[in-house]
Amino acid sequence: MSVQQLQARFDQEIAAAADLAALDGVRVAALGKSGEITQLLKSLGKMDADTRTAEAPKIHSLREAVTDAIAAKKAALEGAELERRLATERLDLSLPSAEAPRGSIHPVSQVMDELTEIFADLGFSVAEGPEIEDDWHNFSALNIPETHPARAMQDTFYMDEKGEDGAPMVLRTHTSPVQIRTMQKKQPPIRIIAPGRVYRSDSDATHTPMFHQIEGLVIDKAITLGHLKWTLETFLKAFFERDDVVLRMRPSYFPFTEPSAEVDVGWSMEKGRRVVGGSEGWMEVLGSGMVHPKVIAACGLDPDEWQGFAFGTGVDRLAMLKYGMDDLRAFFDGDLRWMKHYGFRFLDVPTLSGGVGA
Amino acid sequence: MKFTLSWLKDHLDTEADALTVAETLTRIGLEVEGVHNPAEALRPFRVARVITAERHPQADKLQVLTVDSGDGEALQVVCGAPNARAGLVGVFGGPGTYVPGSDFTLKKAAIRGVESNGMMCSARELQLGEDHDGIIELPADAPVGASFADFAGLDDAVFDVAITPNRQDCMGVRGIARDLAAAGLGKLKPLNIPAIEGSFDNPVEIRIDDPEGCPAFYGRTVRGLTNGASPDWMQQRLKAAGQRPISALVDITNYVMLDVGRPAHAYDLRELRGAVSARRAKDGEKVLALNEKEYELDGTMTVIADDAQVHDIGGIMGGEHSGVSETTTETLLEIAYFTPDNIARTGQKLQLTSDARSRFERGVDPAFLDDGLAILTGHILDICGGEASRLTRAGEPPVEPRRVRFDPNRTAALGGIEVPVDEQQKILERLGFRIEGSDAIVPSWRRDIEGTADLVEEVTRIIGYDAIPAAPLPRAEGVARPTATRSQMIERRVRRAAAARGLDEAVTWSFIGAEEAALFGGAPHVLANPISEEMKHMRPSLMPGLATAVRRNADRGATSIRLFEVGRRYLADAERPTVGILLAGDRTPRNWQDGKARGFDPFDAKAEVLALLDAAGAPTANLQLTMGAGETWHPGRSATLGLGKNILAAFGELHPRVAKALDLPTGTVAAEIYLDAIPASRATERARTAYSPPLLQAITRDFAFMVPADLAADNLVRAIRGADKALITCARLFDRYEGEQGLSLAVEITLQPGEKSFTDAEITEVSKKVVAAAEKLGASLRS
Repeated sequence: MSVQQLQARFDQEIAAAADLAALDGVRVAALGKSGEITQLLKSLGKMDADTRTAEAPKIHSLREAVTDAIAAKKAALEGAELERRLATERLDLSLPSAEAPRGSIHPVSQVMDELTEIFADLGFSVAEGPEIEDDWHNFSALNIPETHPARAMQDTFYMDEKGEDGAPMVLRTHTSPVQIRTMQKKQPPIRIIAPGRVYRSDSDATHTPMFHQIEGLVIDKAITLGHLKWTLETFLKAFFERDDVVLRMRPSYFPFTEPSAEVDVGWSMEKGRRVVGGSEGWMEVLGSGMVHPKVIAACGLDPDEWQGFAFGTGVDRLAMLKYGMDDLRAFFDGDLRWMKHYGFRFLDVPTLSGGVGA
Repeated sequence: MKFTLSWLKDHLDTEADALTVAETLTRIGLEVEGVHNPAEALRPFRVARVITAERHPQADKLQVLTVDSGDGEALQVVCGAPNARAGLVGVFGGPGTYVPGSDFTLKKAAIRGVESNGMMCSARELQLGEDHDGIIELPADAPVGASFADFAGLDDAVFDVAITPNRQDCMGVRGIARDLAAAGLGKLKPLNIPAIEGSFDNPVEIRIDDPEGCPAFYGRTVRGLTNGASPDWMQQRLKAAGQRPISALVDITNYVMLDVGRPAHAYDLRELRGAVSARRAKDGEKVLALNEKEYELDGTMTVIADDAQVHDIGGIMGGEHSGVSETTTETLLEIAYFTPDNIARTGQKLQLTSDARSRFERGVDPAFLDDGLAILTGHILDICGGEASRLTRAGEPPVEPRRVRFDPNRTAALGGIEVPVDEQQKILERLGFRIEGSDAIVPSWRRDIEGTADLVEEVTRIIGYDAIPAAPLPRAEGVARPTATRSQMIERRVRRAAAARGLDEAVTWSFIGAEEAALFGGAPHVLANPISEEMKHMRPSLMPGLATAVRRNADRGATSIRLFEVGRRYLADAERPTVGILLAGDRTPRNWQDGKARGFDPFDAKAEVLALLDAAGAPTANLQLTMGAGETWHPGRSATLGLGKNILAAFGELHPRVAKALDLPTGTVAAEIYLDAIPASRATERARTAYSPPLLQAITRDFAFMVPADLAADNLVRAIRGADKALITCARLFDRYEGEQGLSLAVEITLQPGEKSFTDAEITEVSKKVVAAAEKLGASLRS
């Protein structure tokens, strides 16, 4: 058979191969060890030089042509096979993937982290103290003697046990005892915040017997009410993430500060809701003042040398004002529905670069 | 403290309107909680005369009136009041007027077919009282057409001011006027003190037997008086102040207390026997007070008593027995000075609050006994008539003036505002201070002023805190330094890690009930005055609080509950930071892939514990597991993780007894992590130890062992891992099978070659070590 005839035959056989196995049969018949083209190639060695020169290009081009044709047919068959297989491989990806539980951070924790971050930038570290406190740290050292009418201002929970001074231990009514403990063990200058649980025997729509406060304390040499004002303005603007936060400081009374100031923040109505910012009205958010000389002295520091300011506010309340909850009691109910709605994602970590709100 | 603008103007010469007064009060530290002018709501109501009154043609109880409301037109008004009649002068509201007491707006309307153009009003409709039996009847000469509010003198703003406990002097209108005058809002008028000599000797002997509790007791008798109703002007002021008028004598003592901040007491002389003295009560002595409650007294309390009985809990509340009544014609007036601390203690002990107590315990002006008594007597003689005796004085009030150092520089140094010295001095003088050299002499009514800082407050509050310039806190150089302590970082990391793993953070009460506490060994700290029995014991475990939350959520239909809390346990020795976890309901809800829902098991609790411990930086690979986490846990399905004796966490199923008592859903698993037990990491530097990844690939080998039934799998894995610490980099249990032949455990080890690949001989050597280590635990290689 001539080379041309062979090529025509193989072309036909290749075209006729219905699947990869048939195609491979053609390949073996043509190019296998004893395939016809292989035999032709082998026969080249036995030819004389002239014949070889004449035949070799034909045979080689036949080999190439058949090889290419097989490759092309193989690709076509594989393609068709893939198409066929793909037509059968189908997932309904609208089916739900495995559910992963989505956790949440409690708003109180989130707001405490936010406050910590803001005050870290102002150089305040975080201090802690016991919640079961002795009378001296909670009251006397803060210039609230036993008969002081201010004791009636705070509905104290008393413990069965007594402290070293013989007075009943109390559940701290404010975070202010942490001021005392800090001044007692640390030499000024001092800049701390003290967040934590506090307790008052009060329970109604807007009061819970347990809630959270944050205390701030700065003790240094030339600290004035002006520094207090700046600190609170700076902090509230950063916390509420608004530049139109307006503060109003009013003279007031706390036994542990002199002079004392209550701080109101301006609010305005936005979408039917009272929000911090502007000054359509005022609401009280903070108590503050210059630390009373008697308090500084009670901690073993010289009030003629050291002075400073302190402030305190409700963490739960700050959370409510910023994030819009309206029922304090729900904070302590552990209702998953509430937590999923008002809670925060684990990656909502407040940072200065990423912002202190979420 | 409530008072009206006209009352204030008795003491303060000012043109200021109510708004200015209110703003100034708040600015200087007398916080106005509300300003209310009863006239505001009554502006549209006018004085009107009924011209004619005819029976309504369709209704027996209604009349058709024609009313003249001053504009010359006779208006037809349908009225249901029985007292409506021709000639009556009353109060009229026309169409469009809002009626505050009934909360509706009047409209021109047909009532049973007769047109009505407004309403003649009752007292209740105008919120002036409870009377709704008929319409208001005004005097016949009341000017028709005039504003009713003006005619009735109702156009007088009422201020409600929150007085801080240090400002007893402002618990009377006089003191408030003084502060306003100091703030430049007018001039303080001189106080009118009548000169009362008395025309006879006080017939009652007054004595002090308790000079400590009652250093001064002044008194006088008024005889021949009539104790009728007090005059309208006084009643109106008392009502504005929130007091109910009772009788002239009672009203006058109340009025003097509110007006000049001076409590006093009036006794019915008929009920007194012999001398009246201030003495200590006897233990167990009883008195029926004016609030109709009986109080049992003790020897620390000061009382006013006669020869027969106690008549007054000194400075707190008078006694019922000798209280004045309409028939009183002779009274003994008492003005005393009680020691503030004693009053506070007695009041606290008796749990008795009163207007008098709140003033005495804060310290009334000790120099105001004579003047106070003169003012009181003056009012009584004016209103009740009669004749006053001469004054009896027993004891002496502590009037020695106090001096504090006045250092004008402190105003800038502490208050942060520069105020010229002469202005500071003027402010203090307007407040009643006298400046003598470098001293300020404190006015007798300002018991709260103790030192220089108080003077700074006086000056700055009168100037106004608004004027204080904000001053930036000095900032440390460079980027802000980290401030969180290690324990704070642990809490933060653990909290975020738990939320990342799908747990929800709860915050529950620190206090729990006795029975809940008892389940966890009882609470070392117990409240003496809890809100309820369920909130009495400081929690020794976070489990009860979380269990309550789990229960509530389950009751609300939650099917998958993963709760955690980061908070303190209150133990005998310390308050310990702890993480509590409860997992209840479905771990995985039913789904199309696996079909049925899957519940939680103790390994889920273990997974949370290990993940959170890892987040906290605990060396989790080195932790030793001990089965049985203690009495509150299921003995066979709980364990602790620790380092030696230091227990870091407990997890598993709670003891069925505990789970039942807490009413937890079946299958609930729990964990507690003791954050303060986590040891600090030894690494002190940021740089890690040197490391380059090995060049050769690690190989793995599997071993299956038959093991004793009670062998803890972890022990086998550890033993195998330790069989050749250099070559075995990892040992993992990958199969567990319990069959007829016993328990089989299969472990995969990872061998990491160093410079050269392992030879067969080396691998055989390691395998032998592995088998030998397992055999020491009673395991045998499975054939």
